[in-house]
Amino acid sequence: MRPVSAPRSKAGTARKTNRRDTGYTGVPPWVFALAAAGTLFVLLPLAAMVAKVNWGQFIPLITSESSLTALGLSLRTSAASTVLCIVLGVPLALVLARASFPGQRLLRAFVLLPLVLPPVVGGIALLYTFGRQGMLGRSIELAGIQIAFSTTAVILAQTFVALPFLVVSLEGALRTAGTKYEAVAATLGARPTTVLRRVSIPLVLPGLASGAVLSFARCLGEFGATLTFAGSLQGVTRTLPLEIYLQRETDADAAVALSLVLVAVAVAVVGLSYRRPRALAAEAGTG
Amino acid sequence: MSTIRVRIGALLAAGVLAAGLAGCAASNTAAGRTQSGSSTAAGTGTLTVFAAASLKPTFTKIASEFEAANPGTKVTLNFAGSSDLATQITQGAPADVFASADTRNMAKLSDAKLIDGTASNFATNVLEIAVPPGNPASVSSFADLAKPGVKVVVCAPQVPCGAATETVEQAAGTTLKPVSEESSVTDVLGKVTSGEADAGLVYVTDVKNAGDKVQGIPFSESGKAVNTYPIATAGSSRNKELARAFIATVTGSEGRKVLSEAGFGTP
Repeated sequence: MRPVSAPRSKAGTARKTNRRDTGYTGVPPWVFALAAAGTLFVLLPLAAMVAKVNWGQFIPLITSESSLTALGLSLRTSAASTVLCIVLGVPLALVLARASFPGQRLLRAFVLLPLVLPPVVGGIALLYTFGRQGMLGRSIELAGIQIAFSTTAVILAQTFVALPFLVVSLEGALRTAGTKYEAVAATLGARPTTVLRRVSIPLVLPGLASGAVLSFARCLGEFGATLTFAGSLQGVTRTLPLEIYLQRETDADAAVALSLVLVAVAVAVVGLSYRRPRALAAEAGTG
Repeated sequence: MSTIRVRIGALLAAGVLAAGLAGCAASNTAAGRTQSGSSTAAGTGTLTVFAAASLKPTFTKIASEFEAANPGTKVTLNFAGSSDLATQITQGAPADVFASADTRNMAKLSDAKLIDGTASNFATNVLEIAVPPGNPASVSSFADLAKPGVKVVVCAPQVPCGAATETVEQAAGTTLKPVSEESSVTDVLGKVTSGEADAGLVYVTDVKNAGDKVQGIPFSESGKAVNTYPIATAGSSRNKELARAFIATVTGSEGRKVLSEAGFGTP
């Protein structure tokens, strides 16, 4: 919990100075009441789950062979998917933030679609694209590559659902950063690729980092698309969320214990994403 | 100012809606209670039936027949995996009738004293090989599933259909190397209908229900793992008389006809 509370206090002091600037402090009391209800709504279920944990069996449950295999697979596939998100998402964010062309708003809407799409729908769509009978699947299979029921399928499903998180974070960062420095670099004779490499990317690095971390977290929690598209086999496609879903059938204690592991990893990851960018942004602001 | 007023208005509306819903729920249960109290014969009122997902087509049909035969009754059906339903009932979900796809989940409720009387077995189901139309991997027997290159999808051993698969494997002396172990029979069927898998092990009734999207291949070893479906009145039911009447319809000749048309066997 410490990494989360530390930046919050920092943000609090920042807000205080802002308030002194404008002299306005009006948050109506009923907003606080609803905010408290919102906080409880998120925290209570987590607390209820923690209360259900069988602590005596906790360590044996989370260190069983199938649990460790699932956790390892989840971490590996999420890392690979995050790399894929960066490779595909950075150019997308740049095009959306900097370029201007007809159909740009439509492109943004489509790129963001996986954010609001039920993951199962994403899984079905991927099945009809990369599946054995899918649009591209047949030619891919002829080339000797098997995607069906492979770890590659898991990575594709995770990338599909996590890509918008990176694009949104980075596009926002690019727009906030503005084009001033890029324009100056260009007038000094820097070529577009040099401007991108030496000015744009370093400027939005905090945004890129938080986008990557959020994508990673989304990949870690991916369930529906994976189940629909990749299947479920220990060590190959059964990631931690799928393992939890299966354990729940027979061993509720194991499912709760593994859920807690996933919550812990998610809290750590999100905590990281909230600290790093602020710290980096502060550095960028003073430097 | 106006936006604040709108927001407060929305809040009030939400509050009124919530209160209204609560009122609805209360009046429903109250109506159910008085109706069951004053009823004769089979009785009238609402009946909530929790049934295993594999019973969806048959129980939907039986329920509408039951409603037609008993004017004034309304059957609400809730379909999910048997273990999910058992968990829901354990947590206090308002069920009148519970129909499970296995005896294990029924025993769980019966041990917890959440069942009224004893459960009666009303149907059986056996496994069958499902292959995509055209049978691309030319599967014709259970042993063919173990051939190299045949992509087989089964249920995980943790779920009832997976436990049945393990029993059948032992009976046949064939060890399968599945490409995926799914958590439900629907997921197995989905992998076969989409052509991702060359074959899957599902229930006879699933093959029948899927129509021409899959081809079924029966195999003799399936008889070693017969799945029995029990049905019982929930202990917390407020309308036990109507619940018993519904169970009598399921286990009686009308229910039997619908069930056997769907491929279920007689216990």
